[in-house]
Amino acid sequence: MIEYVDKIREIAKKILEEKTVDVIIGFKKGTLPLMTEPTLINDAEKTDQLYWSSFCNMNLANYLPKRKEKIGIIAKGCDSRNIAVHIVENQIKREQLYIIGVPCKGMVDRRKIISFLDGKEVKEIIESDADITVKGKGFEHTLKKDDYLQDNCRTCMHRNPVIYDTMVGDLVEERKDPDPYDDVKEIEEMGSEERWGFFSNLVKDCIRCYACRNACPLCYCPTCFVDESDPQWVGKSIDHTDTMTFHILRAYHCAGRCTDCGACQQACPIDINVRYFTRKLNKDVLALFNSEAGLSIEERPPLDTYRPDDYDKFIR
Amino acid sequence: MSDKIIQKQDLPDFLKSLKKTYEVFAPIKENGFHRFKPLKGEENIDLNFTNTRLSPKSLLFPQSERMFEFNLDEKSADANIVKEAPKDYPPAVIFGIRPCDAKALRVMNVNFDNPEFRDPWWVRRMESMTFVGLGCNEPSSTCFCTSVGSGPFNEEGLDVLLFDLGERFLARTLTDKGEKLLDEAGVKKDADSAIKKKADALKEESEKKISSKVPTDKLKEKKVNDLFNAPFWDDVAFACINCGTCTFLCPTCWCFDIQDEITKKQGDRIRNWDSCMFPLFTLHASGHNPRPEKVQRVRQRFMHKLKYYGDKYNNGVACVGCGRCVKYCPVNIDIREVFKLMNDL
Ligand code: SF4
Ligand code: SF4
Ligand code: SF4
Ligand code: SF4
Ligand code: SF4
Repeated sequence: MIEYVDKIREIAKKILEEKTVDVIIGFKKGTLPLMTEPTLINDAEKTDQLYWSSFCNMNLANYLPKRKEKIGIIAKGCDSRNIAVHIVENQIKREQLYIIGVPCKGMVDRRKIISFLDGKEVKEIIESDADITVKGKGFEHTLKKDDYLQDNCRTCMHRNPVIYDTMVGDLVEERKDPDPYDDVKEIEEMGSEERWGFFSNLVKDCIRCYACRNACPLCYCPTCFVDESDPQWVGKSIDHTDTMTFHILRAYHCAGRCTDCGACQQACPIDINVRYFTRKLNKDVLALFNSEAGLSIEERPPLDTYRPDDYDKFIR
Repeated sequence: MSDKIIQKQDLPDFLKSLKKTYEVFAPIKENGFHRFKPLKGEENIDLNFTNTRLSPKSLLFPQSERMFEFNLDEKSADANIVKEAPKDYPPAVIFGIRPCDAKALRVMNVNFDNPEFRDPWWVRRMESMTFVGLGCNEPSSTCFCTSVGSGPFNEEGLDVLLFDLGERFLARTLTDKGEKLLDEAGVKKDADSAIKKKADALKEESEKKISSKVPTDKLKEKKVNDLFNAPFWDDVAFACINCGTCTFLCPTCWCFDIQDEITKKQGDRIRNWDSCMFPLFTLHASGHNPRPEKVQRVRQRFMHKLKYYGDKYNNGVACVGCGRCVKYCPVNIDIREVFKLMNDL
């Protein structure tokens, strides 16, 4: 993926110079080997700060709502889908955007590398197409990227951007039929009490920092329901009921809109996989409405549309 | 004070004897990361950590704390009277706290215990606790404690400091509390001068291993307004998603919010951690928000830590260089870079 860097810089420079866009939203190299930082570039001379690696795990669509200028944005498959969601939901206009698509081979999960190293610290990484070499004090390992991908990337079926204005490389082959819902099915099979126990246990250490929500492009409400103070819907403590209310309600707000980009999971400082909440809903939306979020800028998300020929009687 | 020896093989017995007098909190690894938890058996303690993911501040300043309770039932004799929620403060040991985190408690102390205000819960917990620190043999590349008035074997805020010398710990008592603790646990063996030398060498070596440095020398002389109006804030703030990660993980962030929660006629007044990164933090009842955009909130966090705190208390910066925010900020906003920007403005 690293080979995209030059191409990204070249395109960014060109479209800034030609004034196709006012700013570029992309990633820059992180201060830590397994991190990158989203960045805004408005000067063609500074485009060499742009960077790409297998650790560009945040979703840049998150930075679009409310922006007024013409924006060039770097988008991997999932980012492009969230951009599409934003366009459909009127958070940004298609004409405002110049989408620099990145055919994506999946993001590497830094936590998987950290846990493999069991406490030893990565000082340097070298990426090649399929491998990543991690170096630190007294060790050097070359790991297959595929073995360390984020869980969502392992089953992602839209690695190529769905909308774009230009592409930084050749399209990658899409995965054929991975079953992304194995573990969701396991949870479905639990009895209600066991299932409640599973989710209670999942969030028992949640510190209500809202990194998961804030990393998510879908969560652009001017005031989130948990922040509403008049009336206050949800308590502010780490009382279990309030924490569960936050997670369950947030997940429902994402139903039919979530692209399973994994930003929420990656953002959590204490490694909670909140995608367990959203993925069940993704699965249901696919089964019930044959719909996946962000594949088109024409269609509204299934849960905010109405069809006179809906198969459910109660809504007709 | 004194230097004693604890053989590593005796650690379980040592902890067991502490547990006769104290509640013992120690680093325990669960779900892939370390945090301070009450020690049940002696077996689950895990000292193979650079630092705990969550700081030990919650032991003195819990994320949610019931301060008062009240009863809204008009028929009851104590209707509408706010009473302090009953709590006890058993003697406790924080075992294995890192020097940066112990220093952080001193940083917080100026806020919770000063001539003007004494926070009763903080003060009582401080009094009931003994801090047994564990020096850092292998600091992380994100540790910059030596730049901000601490260090891998810094003694501030500790009652005992442990030097891990392989087979054994040298336990240096730093206060009467610390003396008493080792006494109660029956630690008698004095360290000889060769072992003391080893400990000193270890300290020196570890300090050299700190590769990350930040400048702080010019922060004091900078004008608040110059820093406040500095040109770099938009750039620093761009990636920020305004979450609570940096402030909740930080061992020195002390901001809180107070809320009443009522169930039927029974009410609790609860103090919860709050964060300057949240929009709600400064929202006025009128609906006006003096820090409406994230750039103002990001600026507040760094200005408070690196400028206002030092100006107000003349006590260094409100950052002990633990590196938690550096490691866990989801978008890699690195306070070390902000130190440079502010100091070298
Ligand atoms: S979800 Fe798909 S497009 Fe998004 S990062 Fe993973 S592999 Fe790439
Ligand atoms: S809920 Fe999580 S996976 Fe879904 S779009 Fe939001 S950040 Fe991405
Ligand atoms: S990011 Fe993690 S800790 Fe923070 S609110 Fe979400 S689940 Fe809880
Ligand atoms: S600001 Fe960051 S590095 Fe400094 S004490 Fe807080 S968490 Fe640690
Ligand atoms: S600096 Fe990082 S951790 Fe702190 S609020 Fe911003 S995104 Fe969250």
